[in-house]
Parts: sequence; C-alpha cells; structure tokens
Amino acid sequence: MRLTVNGLTQEAAPRPGQCLRTALRDLGWFGVKKGCDAGDCGACTVHLDGAPVHSCLMPAFRAEGRSVTTIEGLSGPCTPGEGVPAECHPMQAAFLAAQGFQCGFCTPGMIMTAAALDGGQRQDLDTALKGNLCRCTGYRAIRDAVAGIAHVDTGAEGDPIGRNLPAPAAAEVVSGRARFTFDTAVEGLLHLKVLRSPHPHARIVSIDRTAALALPGVVAVFTHADVPHRRFSTGRHEDPHDDAADTLILDSIVRFAGQRVAAVVAESEAAAEAGCAALVVTYEIRPALIDPALALSPDAPLVHDGADRPGEDAPPLHTHPNLAAEVHGEVGDVAAGLAQAHHVYEGEFHSQRVQHVHLETHGCLGLIDADGRLSLRSSTQVPFLTRDALCALFDLPRERVRVACARVGGGFGGKQEMLTEDLVAFAVLRLGRPVKWEMTRQEQFIASTTRHPMRVRVRLGATRDGQLTAMALDVLSNTGAYGNHAGGVIHHGCNEVLSAYTCPNKRVDGYAVYTHTLPAGAFRGYGLSQTIFAMESALDELARMAGLDPYALRRRNAVRPGEPMISNSLEPHDVTFGSYGLDQCLSLVEAAMRDPGAAPPGSDWRVGTGMAMAMIDTIPPRGHFAEARLRLEADGRYTAQVGTAEFGNGTTTVHRQLAASALGTDPARVRVVGADTDGVGHDTGAYGSTGTVVGGQAVLNAAQALARAVLVAVAERMGADPSACRLAADRVETPAGPVPLAELGPIEAEGRADGSPRSVAFNVQAFRVAVHPRSGEVRILKSVHAADAGRVINPMQCRGQIEGGIAQALGAALSEEVIVDGAGQVVTQSLRGYPIPACAAVPETEVLFADTHDRIGPLGAKSMSEAPFNPVAAALANAIRDATGARLTATPFRPDRIFAPIMAAIGAA
Amino acid sequence: MDLNTVEAVIRPGMRSELPAWRPGDAWLGGGTWLFSEPQPALHRLVDLAGLGWAPLTVTEAGLTIAATCTIAELNRFTPPAAWTAAGLIGPCCRALLGSFKIWNLATVGGNLCLALPAGPMIALTAALDGTCTLWTPEGDERPLSVLDFVRGPQETALRPGEILRSITLPTAALTRRAASRRISLTPGGRSGAFVIGTRDADGTFALTITAAVRRPVRIAFPRMPDEGDLRAALDEAITDATLFDDIHGAPAWRRHMTGAFALAIRDELAREGVS
Repeated sequence: MRLTVNGLTQEAAPRPGQCLRTALRDLGWFGVKKGCDAGDCGACTVHLDGAPVHSCLMPAFRAEGRSVTTIEGLSGPCTPGEGVPAECHPMQAAFLAAQGFQCGFCTPGMIMTAAALDGGQRQDLDTALKGNLCRCTGYRAIRDAVAGIAHVDTGAEGDPIGRNLPAPAAAEVVSGRARFTFDTAVEGLLHLKVLRSPHPHARIVSIDRTAALALPGVVAVFTHADVPHRRFSTGRHEDPHDDAADTLILDSIVRFAGQRVAAVVAESEAAAEAGCAALVVTYEIRPALIDPALALSPDAPLVHDGADRPGEDAPPLHTHPNLAAEVHGEVGDVAAGLAQAHHVYEGEFHSQRVQHVHLETHGCLGLIDADGRLSLRSSTQVPFLTRDALCALFDLPRERVRVACARVGGGFGGKQEMLTEDLVAFAVLRLGRPVKWEMTRQEQFIASTTRHPMRVRVRLGATRDGQLTAMALDVLSNTGAYGNHAGGVIHHGCNEVLSAYTCPNKRVDGYAVYTHTLPAGAFRGYGLSQTIFAMESALDELARMAGLDPYALRRRNAVRPGEPMISNSLEPHDVTFGSYGLDQCLSLVEAAMRDPGAAPPGSDWRVGTGMAMAMIDTIPPRGHFAEARLRLEADGRYTAQVGTAEFGNGTTTVHRQLAASALGTDPARVRVVGADTDGVGHDTGAYGSTGTVVGGQAVLNAAQALARAVLVAVAERMGADPSACRLAADRVETPAGPVPLAELGPIEAEGRADGSPRSVAFNVQAFRVAVHPRSGEVRILKSVHAADAGRVINPMQCRGQIEGGIAQALGAALSEEVIVDGAGQVVTQSLRGYPIPACAAVPETEVLFADTHDRIGPLGAKSMSEAPFNPVAAALANAIRDATGARLTATPFRPDRIFAPIMAAIGAA
Repeated sequence: MDLNTVEAVIRPGMRSELPAWRPGDAWLGGGTWLFSEPQPALHRLVDLAGLGWAPLTVTEAGLTIAATCTIAELNRFTPPAAWTAAGLIGPCCRALLGSFKIWNLATVGGNLCLALPAGPMIALTAALDGTCTLWTPEGDERPLSVLDFVRGPQETALRPGEILRSITLPTAALTRRAASRRISLTPGGRSGAFVIGTRDADGTFALTITAAVRRPVRIAFPRMPDEGDLRAALDEAITDATLFDDIHGAPAWRRHMTGAFALAIRDELAREGVS
C-alpha cells in the first residue's frame, strides 16, 4: 500500500494484524514510541489526516492512501533519519522553553497531542491529556509548556551553576530525533521472545521444542538444558556479593508465575511468538508460598530448596531457608525507653507492591561487533555492572564485552537489574547474529521487578512533652522469588528512617523473605518509602497524643548537626552533616501552608492538613565509583565522557554545567557522552541518586584537572605564569594576549569519585486535602514540598525531579498496586488496570529549596532524585487523618478501601 | 499492538460480501480494544468500515446509531430540542476511559460488543430503552433490547457470525428528563459505579445501573419512590451475585456508591417536579 508520512510518499506492506505504530517504525520513523502498546499512554500518538490517534491501536492497513504526521514531521516535511530541523513547531518550541520533559520517551506523543488541541481543550488539560502518561515530570512542566510559560535561561554569560539551562538533548527530544534503545535498524536482526511459567512453583519435567523448531522463521529454542549452570543475581551492585546468587538464565525450577521457561529466537517477533506458543512443556506442580506472613513457618514451601541444587554450595545459612536477608540491631534499651514513656504509640502499616512504569520497557539489542566483541545496546542504569556480570556469566574478559546505552526511557531503580542482557548475550554468543529482546508492557508487570511490599510495625515512646524515648521497627519485606536487592533494601529501609531522629533507645528487626511471587527489586527510595510511611504516620499520632503540632514534634526530635547519626547500631560510618537544611525545610513548608490553597469541591467535604519529613544519605554505602574523562578537542570544544546513563535524571545537564563552570566556558561548548563501557574505565551506575554527587564529582574533578592542564600548556607556550592565565569560553587570556582553545587541543584529563564520605539530604512534604465523607475520594487542595538539595546546580531541573518524585509517590499512595492473587498470578497486567497518575491526578506542588551549601558534594550540591518520593504517603495519610479522624495504615488510599474507615471515623466523631 | 496471529483482513463493501464466519474471525470496528490486548485466538479480521453505515439517523421513531458510529461522531451530534435525555450523550462519552483520541476511532457498537460492565455506551443505550439490530449470518435481522444484548462481563447475546448493525433509541425515551452520577477510583478512570435516572411525563421513574454490576440493571417505579422503597428495590435488584468485582472497585464500595447515586438522582429528578 501507499501512504504519505511527513510529506513523503512511502510504500508499505503491512502484515494483516499489524498496527500503524510498528509499520511507521519499520519505515524508519523512530519518533513513534511504544509505551504501553495498548492505547493507554499515548506515546505513539501521530496525526492521521490531521487528527491525533494512538497508532498502536490503528490497524496499519487503514492508513492506505492517507496522510500521517509523526513527531519528526510536525514542523514540516522530512525524510527518515534526517537531523533536527532548523525550524520547530510552536508546540515543540514551547516544550523546549518550559523543558516539558525528563526522559523524553512520552514527549513525542505528548507534543503530537498537545499540538492538536483547540483552545478549549488547552484550558482543560486534565481531560485533554488523559490519554498521555508521563512518569517523570509530574505534568507541571508539561502544563507550563502547553500554556506557553518559559523557564529556560537563555543567557550565555556568567557562571552556569545555579542557572536553568536546558538539557543538552532537548532539541533532539522535542523533535523526535533522540534515539532510545530500540530506535535503530540492524541488518539481519533476530527477535527473542520468552515463554513464561503459568505456575508459581513447579519443576519443569520436559520441554518439547520439535513443533516450535519446525515453524518458519524460528532459528533456535533455548531451555535450562542449554544455558551455563552459573547462578547470579539480577540485582546489580558495586559488590556483586551484595545480592544472593540465586538466579539462572533459564532454570528447571520456576519460582513465580511469569518466570522464564524457554526462549525462542526467530527472524521476526511474530515467528518468535508462534514458537513460544508451540512449545510443549510438562510441569510438576509444587505447593506455592504466596503470603509473606507464612514464609518463616516451619511447614512453608521452600522457595530455594537445597535439594534442587545437588552438588552446589549451600546458600548462606539463615534461620529459615525462606529468609533472604535480615537486619537486627539495638542501641540503648527500647523496653526501658517504652517503660519510661508517657505516650506510647504502636501501629502496623502496609506498603503495597508497586511498579516503576518507566515508559520504555526493559530490553536490549546485542550483536558481535566488527572487532568480534559481544556488544549490547541496553536500557539500563548500570552498563558497567552489567558488563561485569556478563563477563562473569560467560567467562569473558572485560575487553571482549561492551555495554552501552542510548537515551534510556526512564528507570526509577527498575533498571538497576540485569533482566534481559543475560539471555540476549547468550543468544548472540550461541547464534553469532544480532538479537533483540524488547519486553512487552505485560511482561513488565508480570515478570520484571517491583517495590518490596512491606509490613512495618512501629513502636514509639515519648515523654509528656513529646521527647522521643524509644523507637522500634519490626519489618517484614517480601522479596518475591529471588533475592535481588533483598538485603540492600531491608538495610537501607531501616536506616535513615531512624537516624533522622535523636533518641537514646532504638531497635530494628527486619526480615526479607522469599515467596513464590514476582521478584521485588530496587525502587526509588530503596526501602525508605515504606518505612517512612509507617514512621511518619506513627509520629503524627504521637504528636497528637503529646498535644504538639507535627512541625514542633519534628523540631524537638529530629537529628541536628553535632549529634551522632545513629540508626540501630553504633558501628562507625562515613555519613556526616556536609550541610543541614531540615530546619529551613520545616519552616518553609510551615509558612507556605498558611495559604489555604484551593477550595474544597463541596461544603460537605472534610478538610485537613498533614506533613511528613524524610532524610536520606546522599550516596549508597560502601563505595560508589565514577570516572570521567574530559578532553579539549582540536576544534576548541570540550567533550566529557562519563559512565552515567541519562534516563531523565538530568545528569547530562548537570555534568555539562559543572564542567563548563570549572572550565570557564559556555555550556554549549561542552558535549557530554555517557554510559558506554568503552568510554571510561568504571562507573558503578546511575542509582542511589548519585548522578550529581558521584558522577558529577568525577566530572568536576576531571574538568578542574583539565583546566590546570590547559593553563600549564598555554603558559609554557607563551612563556607565562599559569596563574596569570585565565580560561574563557573559546580562548585562554594570557598576559601576552589571547590564545584560541582550538590551537591548544587535544588535551585530556581524568577525574574520579569514590562516593565517600557521604552527606544527608532532607525533604519535607505537606498537603491540605479534602475528603468526601461518603465516597472516600481525596482531593489535594494544597501541596508544598521543601528540599534540602544543597547548592542547586539547576533549579528548574531539580524542581522537575522533585515534582516527578511527588507524582510517582502520589500514584503509590492513591491508586497503584500490582495485585497478586491468592494463586500467585499478577492480576494487573496493563496500565488500564494499574492506573499511574495522569495529568488530572497530580496537583501543582509549590517546591521550595533550603539555602545550604554542602561541603562534601560537588560545588555544594546534594542528591535529589529518590528522596522526594519518601515523605509523600505519610504526609497524605496525616492530612486525611486530620480531615476525618481516620488513621489509614495501608496504601494505596483508594476510595473503595478507605470509604468505610472514613465513614466510621466521622460517624464516631 | 501487532496481532501476529492474524493472517488475513477481509474488507467487504456491502453485506453480500461478508465472508462466512468461522472460528478465529473478529469483526473490526474501531480496533481500539482488539488492538489493545493480545488476541492469540484470532486469525482473520473482517473490517466493517467499508460497509459505509451512516453513523447517526434521526427519524420520527427516534435515533438510530450505527454500530460503527465513533464516540467522537456521537459526541458531536446535535439533537432536536425536545430530546432532553440526549443530554446524557456528553457525560456518557466522557465516561469512556479512553481520551478524545480514542473517541476518534472507538465505536458505539464496539463498546456494546465488548460488554464491559463500565461500558458507557451500554449505560446510555440501556437507560434510553435502546434496541439492537443484529444481522444474522442467514441474512436476516434480529432485534434485541440492549438490556438483553449485554449478558455479563465481556459476554453478549451475539451468536457466532452475528453482527451488531445498529442501536435505536426511541423518541419516547429521548424526551424524558434524565440525570446521571458516576464515580471512578481515579480522576477520569474507568467507572466503578454509574447510575442514570430518567423520568417520564407520566411520572415513571427508572434507574439504570451499570459499572457496579455485571450487566445493566434496570429498576422502574411507577412514581417517585421514597428512600425506603428505593433502597429496598436496590437491595432486591443488586445481590452479591450481580455486583461486579474487579480492580476498578471493590463490590461493597460499588454497592454503597450506587445507593448514594440512586438517592441523589431521585432527589434531583423529584426536585424539578412533574412537568
């Protein structure tokens, strides 16, 4: 058939069941994205004869003879692969000016939709954008873009630090030219699909691959019989021993419904799917453990039974084989502290399983490169650790494996895992051909990772006037079928939640247990969001008992500089007060909340106010490493090579500003290239909010070293004293006159950072809410968030990180839950069943910054990526409590779950 | 998403060109549901778009909506002034989970045939006494009320090979006064409870309950019931077996909200008095 795309007449031969999205991508229009592939997220929006449609729902054959406009052609006719156009559409310009994106994966669809709105629709974005989901921004920046509000600092002069400079890739992102993981065409590409277990626990008796191999296009079928018998963890950490090696590429035991059973590699996705359907698998079904509360009972089914691993080293000895990790500690004497308390509060809180829902699904594309190396292009936050894991798995030296990222479409911790690379690498090594595996949205829900569901018991004691005498946490964390991040999350989750407060008696008992459910993993907040929900809710009750307002209770008890930061042991650590802005955050929020905010929707709605705080160490413990290489190029411009991946975290922007500041140049003259194991020696990865404080520190160190090297070089050449020379944008000023940088390059310098010592950052969130007394609906009337991020390198971007964290946390607090039924099956398998916040669900938050300067972080900066998530659920719960009298102890606060307790509380009042 | 098991598309231009139905066939309306989920059992799509059905036809008898009429076309419809109940069209379109972009493709007939409890076109046409016209494979037509057409979650009265051709709303229903209430767990989300009330000139009051129940429930009262009578009628009509339970709302909340909405609608329609 013939159709017109972006003014170009193209011939296409779509398959009968093909949708327009993949047909357009086959024609080279990679700006058309797959987010959900089900019509919910809008990332695939194109204009069909001028009308916006979700191209994933549009049968491709219906585009015959019609005119399609994709993001690439919004500003005018173009051809596939053409670069950023000179002119952009007004809506693209508006998204540039407002920086209405972070990872940029939803942006093409968002802009295509926004560009099609009439004036009335623009006034009601809550309705008009209900079919466009953004997981990063929290929508404020998008609303600003549509309203034509600009935020970008367009001045070129002066120190770039503290200025609202745009993301380096902004023009590519808004024009649909930014290349994400799968936005590339590879000759001879094979496609991998996975057959997944229908049973939560079973032994695979046999897999008959005859019928599958007989299908046209099927190239290979791999089962547990084919893969190396070497265990690893999908969770990636600097020290691979942090996570239990309990996973095989393909296992003969399946431990959750959704686990890989076999992989089919074929010439097309369709053939690979057909191959999976043709596999005949015989299972020996075993009893499954679904409820984490039963995991440690003597007769619980074992998730990792030593009898299934004859001849292997026994796993680490725990009191129960289903115990994946534990943490215990006490300082002082909690029993005594509770005994002497005037007020005692005890409560049990539940945080549910939530999914990251980065819009770009997991996946990678692997091949043998021209040098004969295994080369992977992956959607990962940890390319270096993945490279190392592949080396270990396949006995390859580091120089034989390359892992690199294109732009990554969101992560939120979910991509601190090796979920696809092991299998793709295996297939590439076996077949010698390029192989791609792009997870479906359904696979994201049933077989990737989630936040750890937790049950948290809190016991608090305080004196009559609200001074804490005891804090105790008893935590049960459900790590699912595999132990990736089980230990890290339980330890981190029980740490800053306690060290944020000064109290002589503290105790923690934490257990992470295996169950036959999909694995939990790293998730924004890394355990703290769950425990902080419990702790800050409990402290709210304690404040009420003591007759204190919640701010006063925090001021009385929160840790202050000069006091030791203690969680549950007196072991020495490397966390210190590089700066302290909690006092400012509390005051900023308290003052801003005096404004009443929006009016409640009706006179019978109950109105209340609540707050919560959170502290976080700025860097994960025990070493987090980054290297950067900065080069003055022969053309007088700079290139910064970093290890960190850009997935909407904005580190590229920050790295450029840091480098430009140290080099006294215009940021536009600094190119940042990242996330390639060929680029630098090592980088632990973009997790733990380290992009600025570790990755940025390495860049700053490298830039400072380069600045010195350039000055020495120029001084030598001009016979001047280096201290008399000064770097300028494109030249060096010397006593003997200016020397253009272009005459000095290439000069290179390196910088490193090792992630120690560490500082602390603070966040305070408050809400005013209206709660409907009968329906259980919650409306946010006012939202204020103060952050102590140290010296803010880019306020516009940091504000966006905070807004995005709040929005994601609102989803977790109000609507999201990966529901696993009693049989271990994931019920919520699509975005339709797993409602992440749309525009209408996210109110504008007033974001305020403490004025601090950290003596540890680069140029005074601290981390601010995960932290804003952490206080949100408790602040909301405390506001609902204030409004209605109901103390909600389990997220999400869905109307159907909270209407009864709310009615009961109001009725009782 | 790509439906990789589909091997053929038939694009008939008139009824006589419709192929003989066989297992693995699907009638393709807007495609917004078919292409939104894996359909491993499908092998052939029969595209209804080429049949050229007029989307909306106004006659003395009422309004006939072609199954292929899009939500967007219905939403743009300007009804005769006397059709007071046509005021329900806007709220019912907005009750669709999909955005205005989906409205450009999704069809009224598709919404009925999908037979989701929350289907807002089911709510609209059931509340307004809609009658479906079905094309049988034998070449005949079969009328069936919307209430009988939708039998349960994703279950209709369509027999193999039958096609939903249109839905007709009678003038008598369109000239009633009407009110509606709806709630979902998230703003703009899928309906958890959706109640429509209508009142005839002769005083007849009817409630059509959808979303909270597995299939549409109609309760009619010869005159405005008091609260006790209304609650008793609801309790009788909505049993635990008829309540719908899925991720878009717990049954107890759906029942609770349905009761609250029924009372609010009764008050609204009573307040205005009998015209």
